[in-house]
Amino acid sequence: MSERPVLFDLAWQFAALSLMSIGGIIAVVPEMHAAVVERHQWMAAQDFVTLFALAQAAPGPNVIVVTLIGWRVAGGLGALVATIAVATPSFLITYGASRIWRSVNGRDWYRVCERGMAPVTIGLILSSGLLLSKVTVDHWGSLAITALTVVSLLKWRNSPLIALGCAALAGLAGFV
Amino acid sequence: MSAETGASPIPKRRVGNLDLFLAFSGISIMGFGGVLPWVRWMIVERKGWLDEDEFVNALSLCQILPGGNVMNIAVYIGARFGGLAGAISAFAGLLLAPCLIVLGLGGLYQAFGHLPAVQGMFRGAAACAAGLILGMGLRMAWRYRGDARALPVIAVTILAMVWLRVPLLLLLATILPASLALAWSARSR
Repeated sequence: MSERPVLFDLAWQFAALSLMSIGGIIAVVPEMHAAVVERHQWMAAQDFVTLFALAQAAPGPNVIVVTLIGWRVAGGLGALVATIAVATPSFLITYGASRIWRSVNGRDWYRVCERGMAPVTIGLILSSGLLLSKVTVDHWGSLAITALTVVSLLKWRNSPLIALGCAALAGLAGFV
Repeated sequence: MSAETGASPIPKRRVGNLDLFLAFSGISIMGFGGVLPWVRWMIVERKGWLDEDEFVNALSLCQILPGGNVMNIAVYIGARFGGLAGAISAFAGLLLAPCLIVLGLGGLYQAFGHLPAVQGMFRGAAACAAGLILGMGLRMAWRYRGDARALPVIAVTILAMVWLRVPLLLLLATILPASLALAWSARSR
């Protein structure tokens, strides 16, 4: 089987996701899951959440989960194609917009955009969290970790890395 | 002077493409979990390339555009100082090191992922990652707790995405205009 169709699908999928990612890449996790796990069946749901956790544990912007998915699907070339595909549309849009508007604050249409988009973004991010939980939470141990993470994040502003480290240790100890 | 917008005149600064690349490389490596605070620290406080006002203006613009805020702000700042080449430099700086690091982690996972102990670690980390996203969403939603306009939009979005499995494009084509219309009708009040 030639690799070209896979690379083409990767490019097309992630370019489309980039255009829909209002509020960032986390907001399109459910759609990414639908494309990667269900439509193209590139990997199992469990692999998808594992790659997501890996990307969260690495420094840098959240979009690097796409690099990892591309790598898993089609190796180094897949990583390159997926990363460029997800980066290019939002790059071009931001570049164009930054040339036109130096400042959008205080403008009527900007306030409307901001206030209209925020609830949709929040809904999408919560959907992403619920979808990831549906895959990861399979018994009381993982449920406890997810719940404790939410509580710790809301109560203290600790680094996510601390939570991830504790959860990994709990998993290592056979708690999950 | 630049009285039109009332903003302070933009200081003439010479920031090269290599400076942009290195600054955003540094930001990307420091940013565990959240990169944005480090962008502000580096650009406003450490380098002084933008003042607080312009940074907030840039962030406002970047928030309503598709793509991650941090990626967009790298493009904005790069373009501001170095045009297209500057934007590419800043953007590449932001992505290059994290991509290599995450691929290294992926390689380690591939090599050792079959071990039961490693699988346990990753089940724990994945459950935690789900919690991190939920917590972030809840914290953002908390700001809108009394908002009778925003809460139904949040609820309908979740219902459509998680239970009805509506394709995202369809959702954005329906709920987003509705939410924008709600925001328009409630403006200047």
